[in-house]
Amino acid sequence: MADEHGPLHVTGEVLATKKAGAYRLLTIAAPGIPQRFRAGNFVAVSVDGGRLARRPLWIHRVKEAGAFGATLDVVVNAVGPGTTWLAQRPVGARLEVTGPLGRPFALPREPVACVLVGEGHSAAPLFPLAERLRQRGCAVTLVVAGPDEAGLLSALEARRSARAVTVITGDGSVGVRGDVATHIESVLERADADVVYAGGPLPMLRAVAAAAERRGAWSQVALETPMPCATGLCQGCPVPVVSYDGVSRVVRGCVDGPVVRGDRVDWDSLR
Amino acid sequence: MSRQPGPVMVASGCGGTGRELAAYAELVGLDFVTRSITLDPRPGGPALRIAESPSGLVNAIGLQNPGLEHFLATELPWLVRAGAHVFVSIAGGSMGEYADLARRLGRAPGVAGIEINLGAPHQVGEGLFDVREPYHAASVVAAVRREFPANLPVLAKLRPDLTRVVEGARGAVDAGASAVVVGNSIPAAMPDGRPGGLSGPAIGPVSLRCLVEVVSALDHVAVIGAGGVSSVEDARRLLDLGASAVQIGTALLHDPTTVARVRAALTREEDPL
Repeated sequence: MADEHGPLHVTGEVLATKKAGAYRLLTIAAPGIPQRFRAGNFVAVSVDGGRLARRPLWIHRVKEAGAFGATLDVVVNAVGPGTTWLAQRPVGARLEVTGPLGRPFALPREPVACVLVGEGHSAAPLFPLAERLRQRGCAVTLVVAGPDEAGLLSALEARRSARAVTVITGDGSVGVRGDVATHIESVLERADADVVYAGGPLPMLRAVAAAAERRGAWSQVALETPMPCATGLCQGCPVPVVSYDGVSRVVRGCVDGPVVRGDRVDWDSLR
Repeated sequence: MSRQPGPVMVASGCGGTGRELAAYAELVGLDFVTRSITLDPRPGGPALRIAESPSGLVNAIGLQNPGLEHFLATELPWLVRAGAHVFVSIAGGSMGEYADLARRLGRAPGVAGIEINLGAPHQVGEGLFDVREPYHAASVVAAVRREFPANLPVLAKLRPDLTRVVEGARGAVDAGASAVVVGNSIPAAMPDGRPGGLSGPAIGPVSLRCLVEVVSALDHVAVIGAGGVSSVEDARRLLDLGASAVQIGTALLHDPTTVARVRAALTREEDPL
C-alpha cells in the first residue's frame, strides 16, 4: 500500500562525511527518499549496539544529481552513544534509513515576508525552506544562532539563501551577543515579518512563537522531542496542543509534527 | 467459528492507528491488534514515555487512546476498509467497563476479534481493574465472552509471569477465551523510577519460557507467542515450539518493515508453490 508520497525504509550508504563546526554532516544515498523530501522532513536512522530506538536527523539539503543520483545531507549532533556512533560512520558505511518523515513546513500562498530562526544543529531544516520560499518570491530573513561559533550551522551559507542574515552567539564570538529571545523582537520588526519559522531548543521556540503572536504573525516551529520509532507507531513522543476549538489534545511529535503551529503548542505542558 | 489469527500478528500498541504502518506493510489480510482501547479517552502519561535499555525499550505510554467512541467512528472503519483483520485490544477500569466494551465492539462492523489486555505492567497505577489474580482475570474473560458474539474469537493476553502464567492461561481458557497470548512487556522502571514495561529482544527468553510452560501444560489450546520476536527465525522458533501464531511489536519500532518481512517468509513456507 506504500504510496508515492509516503515514507520509505531503505538501506542507505554514507557517501561523504564532514565536520561542520560542532556537528557532523553526512551525505547519504537513500534511494527514493530525496525525491519525496519537503523542507521540515527528517529521517530516522538505526544505530548499533542493541539500541532499538531510532535517531531522528534533520534533512539539511537534498542534492538532485550526482554519480549516485539524488542524495541527502543530514546533520548529526553527537550527544550520546548512538549519535556518536552515527557521527563516526565512515564513507561506504550502510545505514538503515526511514523517511522522509513528519509534517513539513507549510508554505505561504502569497510572496510574504518570512523570518527563519535556527539555533544550533536544529537550524538544518530552515536552509531548504529558505530556498523554497525564495523561489516563491518571499523576502527571507535568516537568523542563525548558537552558543558559540562552532555551534552555528552553515552560517556562511546563509547569505546565499536569504536577503538578510542575523548571526547570534551566546559568547559574542560571531555576530551579535546574546540569545534569540532577546533579539527576536527587533528582527521581526525590521523584516516586517508576516510568517515566522523556527527550529531549535524548546525555550527558544517558545520565545519565537510568543514574539510572532504579539505581532500577529503566523509561526511554525520544528519541535525536537525524543522519538523512539519516529514513524507514528509507538506514541512515545507526546506533544500537548490546544486545538482551534479550544480542546487540549496530545499529538505525536513525529507524524503530527515535527512542524506545528507555534500558537497551538501547550508550552507549559511540553517537556 | 471464524478464522483463527496468524501466523503473524501486529502486537498491540506497536502499529499506530494502522495508517502509519500502511507505508511499510500490506494491511490486506493482516491480523492487526490495536493499541488498548478504553471506554473513555486517555491522554497518556508525560514525557519521557520510552527509554532505551540494552536490547530493549522501557515504556510508560499510559494507555493513550481516543476512547471507544472516537475509535469506532474513525480508526476502526479506516482499518476495516484497508482490509486488515482488526483485533481490538481492550482495557477497563471495572468488570462493567470490560462488558460494555465487548458488547459495543460486538456490534461494530468489521471487528475480527477482541484481545483482552490482562498484562499491562502497571495495571493498578493505570486505574485498570486489578487482574493480577488469575481468578479475577478469568472473571474478566467470562464477562467479555458473554457480551461478545460467540462466533468471534476472544484472545486473553497474559502477563509473562512464570509463576502464574499456566494458572492464568487455564483460567482464561476455562472462562471462554479462544486463545491465550503469552508474552507482554514485563514490569520494569523508567530511568526516573516511574513504573514501566520492558519489551524487545531483551525479554525474548523470558517470553519463550512462559510459552513453553503453557504449551506443555495445556493440550488443545491455541497459544499465541509474543515478546521479543524480531526476526523470521524468532517467529519460526515460537511456532516450532507450539505457538499457533506470533505477535510482533517492539521490532516494528526499530524496523517498521519487520511484520511484512516475517509474514512474507512464513507465508512462503505455508504455500510452497
